[in-house]
Amino acid sequence: MPGRKVFISGDEAVAEAVRLARPNVISAYPITPQTVTVERISEFVEDGSLKAEYLHVESEHSAMSAALGAAAVGARTFTATSSQGLLYMAETLPYVSGARFPIVMMNANRTLATPWALLSDHRDSLSQLDSGWIQVYCENAQEAMDMIIQAYRIAEDPRVMTPFMVNLDGFILTHTYEMVDLPAQENVDRFLPPYRTANRMDLDDPKTVCYAALDDYMEFHLKQELDMRKVPGVIEEVELEFKGIFGRSYGGLVEKYCCEDAEAVLMTLGSVTGTARAVVDAMRMEGKMVGLAKIRFMRPFPAAEIAGIAGNTKAMGILDRDLSVGYEGIVFTNARSAVCEIESPPRMINFIGGLGGRNISKEDMRQIFDQLMQAARGEQGERVRFVNARCE
Amino acid sequence: MERPLVVKFKRPDSIRDYPCGAFRVGTLVQENSGWRVFRPVIDTGKCIKCLRCFLVCPDGVIDKSGEDLEIDYRFCKGCGVCAYECKVGAIVMMREGDDGNAR
Repeated sequence: MPGRKVFISGDEAVAEAVRLARPNVISAYPITPQTVTVERISEFVEDGSLKAEYLHVESEHSAMSAALGAAAVGARTFTATSSQGLLYMAETLPYVSGARFPIVMMNANRTLATPWALLSDHRDSLSQLDSGWIQVYCENAQEAMDMIIQAYRIAEDPRVMTPFMVNLDGFILTHTYEMVDLPAQENVDRFLPPYRTANRMDLDDPKTVCYAALDDYMEFHLKQELDMRKVPGVIEEVELEFKGIFGRSYGGLVEKYCCEDAEAVLMTLGSVTGTARAVVDAMRMEGKMVGLAKIRFMRPFPAAEIAGIAGNTKAMGILDRDLSVGYEGIVFTNARSAVCEIESPPRMINFIGGLGGRNISKEDMRQIFDQLMQAARGEQGERVRFVNARCE
Repeated sequence: MERPLVVKFKRPDSIRDYPCGAFRVGTLVQENSGWRVFRPVIDTGKCIKCLRCFLVCPDGVIDKSGEDLEIDYRFCKGCGVCAYECKVGAIVMMREGDDGNAR
């Protein structure tokens, strides 16, 4: 049964994917630019097209706490947030991951106050890298839809049992309309069977959930780490099966684009990848050996994949839409830690741009690649560079 | 009195044996009566069995299976919520040792 072409926004694509995934409980609090998603889902529950309990809670902290409670009785759950909302719910995130509840959450990436702003950057979700959640970053509405559906399969896999955050850039993806292939329900049902788990409260088989562990805390946490290391393999399996049914795949942890013979490679996260792709195409036409790698998953972190790309190029740029004030971009810190393992690492430059939603144009992107090509030729320069910003 | 089992925690031999989520070791792995400074004492003559204390006890230590309500002192932490909430004054908090009873 083929899908249906629909013209919808990223927020609506997520809502449609949630309806297809048939969660039992949705608990959410609206925040721009995620609002459309939770409004649509609320309408689906109201019109009966999604048979679920919808909890209209009073805050993001309550949204995740209620989702945790629902997951604790074995319900498939969904919530969504953004920016300050994600930080407000932050206390509950390690609670969920440690208790091994496979909650799926959409996060509409939005900058953090102060200054208060509405548009997109990645400081919100990257601040939660250590919360024990899987994190994926999407390039377009189709990928966001597909990743919500895949997220449940990966998170609920008995080898994984780990919550999953699907990130999409606020406004750039959440509010932009695109042609999206909406999968048929019967195909999604085939791909994603109902959630069954032993990790739940059960009156007939009493167990402890969200337990305390004093001396054994470390083993519980290490077990989480060991299971997280299995996630790349599960992602690969699930993506292969998804491709077999729906015909689409996204390249696993890192999507490589023209990397094989590239002298300079730029690594990106999220929607800006589309701009970089177009610029790589144009520069390749001019004979310039540039390449692109889209980091899709930040947790588990694709260290081996990034090291592999780095070992095959002369200069590598990391484009961060975030800044850890006092150091450098968060993705850069992670990537360089992976690259320092290899014998002859490339020159690495951290480009920081798009903070507070400032546009990263094709021209900006071309300048980034020009700087990378100069570095590939051996030119020295600053380690951290700001894109299209007044620094003086 | 229906008393819950205390199941001693046995440390797993391997990290593989740690649970992934829900844990079936038993909900209680140790007694914690030693946390208490005051103990609630029920005057069964005054008690009207409204079960308000049963509902508000955060540790679920008030047992209603018998003729009179009973407190499982192995797990009562002495918070005093039951005494505060009792509308007929049937529960008083006594400092441990003051009533001559050993802990």
